[in-house]
Amino acid sequence: MPLEPIPERNKTQEKELSNAFWDQVKDIPHGEKIKNCIQCGTCTGSCPVSYMMDITPRQTVALFRSGHLQDILHSRTIWICASCYSCTVRCPSGIQVTDLMYALKRLAIEKEIYPPNFPVHALSEAFIGNIYKYGRNFEMGLVLKYFMKTGPLKLLGNAGFGMKMYSRGRISPFPNSIKKISEVRAIIDRAKQLEEKK
Amino acid sequence: MEYAYYPGCSLEYTAKPYDHSVREVFKALDIGLREIEDWNCCGATMYMSVDKMVGCAVSARNLALAQNMGCDICAPCSSCYTILRKTNRQLAWNAHTRDQINEALKAANLSYTKPVEVRHPLDILTNDIGLKVIQDKCTKFFDGLKVAPYYGCQIVRPVYHFDDIDEPMTMDDLLKTIGLNVVDYPDKVRCCGGMLMTTFEDVALDLNEHLITSAEENGADVIATVCPLCQMNLESYQEKINQKFGTNHKMPIVYFSQLVGMALGIDPKKLGLDTLLIPMPSAKMTAKAERATV
Repeated sequence: MPLEPIPERNKTQEKELSNAFWDQVKDIPHGEKIKNCIQCGTCTGSCPVSYMMDITPRQTVALFRSGHLQDILHSRTIWICASCYSCTVRCPSGIQVTDLMYALKRLAIEKEIYPPNFPVHALSEAFIGNIYKYGRNFEMGLVLKYFMKTGPLKLLGNAGFGMKMYSRGRISPFPNSIKKISEVRAIIDRAKQLEEKK
Repeated sequence: MEYAYYPGCSLEYTAKPYDHSVREVFKALDIGLREIEDWNCCGATMYMSVDKMVGCAVSARNLALAQNMGCDICAPCSSCYTILRKTNRQLAWNAHTRDQINEALKAANLSYTKPVEVRHPLDILTNDIGLKVIQDKCTKFFDGLKVAPYYGCQIVRPVYHFDDIDEPMTMDDLLKTIGLNVVDYPDKVRCCGGMLMTTFEDVALDLNEHLITSAEENGADVIATVCPLCQMNLESYQEKINQKFGTNHKMPIVYFSQLVGMALGIDPKKLGLDTLLIPMPSAKMTAKAERATV
């Protein structure tokens, strides 16, 4: 049987992604251990949500090493990771799998490469928007905004539980802002400036 | 002994009973708990997904404020606990990041040079205060109630801190001390899905159904948690779980601090027990005097 031809890929873009990814990885404590992967699959076996991923954690590392970062960023995998760190503590090579997933999320957001019809990153962006506005998370506002963006029907499905939480004082329709919000904003602005200088 | 209290955003609303019960328990045990004035969000897993350096700076403001108070941080939310610890780890790892973060903090006239330790109340109660002291201060003990301790992910991982990553026992021991029957089940560190309940509800419902069934099949009357997100996923979505899987779960999900508070004789209302969606079953308790030996 003839071998399937290797699909064409954009080498320049791949190189650019790879450089940007290493930029992220070099700052992660023990990040460079990704080089030591033995493809044993302990990460996938330990992952409670790998059954829902289109590429498994083990495959993610393999794809990265063979220069297929674009495929990783187009998959749902990095957004399904719930950050439970089971893979990280069990990896026999000490690879910081969860932290690498975060690095990949940052890369996806930086390069705006997402799986099709997949707005999960919008939740993270709405969240950090709230920190700049109020200094704290505004749970109800966050969820409302996210559902309005991704499927307003989901709001109806959660209305009953929302009312129950509200009646027990466990949810508020108003944000809670900190007093020195200007401090938080100044820190964020300065940190962004410093990053751009780099 | 005094700690800089970092409640975190969840404890202001969804996890109010956690906030109230931690404060009450610390008060009853004479442990100082001073809230960090005007603390801000730790950045959660979200900031790390968007911008790590800025996320670290946001988180470090809290560390700097605690440093100025001169004591360790007490952070009950598992996510805040991990994020603040991760920030410490990141700053210790890389001098360049540390300088950059301090440069950013300078914009708010702050600096972070003397790292503070970030602790979880479960760690403080079992290791700093000690089970013996807690037992001595209990006015009554549970008698027969069966509890499944649920540790979740982020207080035991990613780095070993105060308990084992696979088989933690601190909450087991604490709950046994106050007379509870602790059931053994294989899922005490299995993930609840966290934010997946918002982004991938089907996956998260699956995970939580598994946890509740596992605790139930091993005889638990209640599940004890240490994390606001675990508590919310397990409790508020139980109705949806029942609808989806045709089950009939009615498992109360309480904070470990609420159980400790009950044994210390604190008014259940002050512990926020009336704000649970699935009420705590009326549990038989024996007064200290009637209890010959423990």
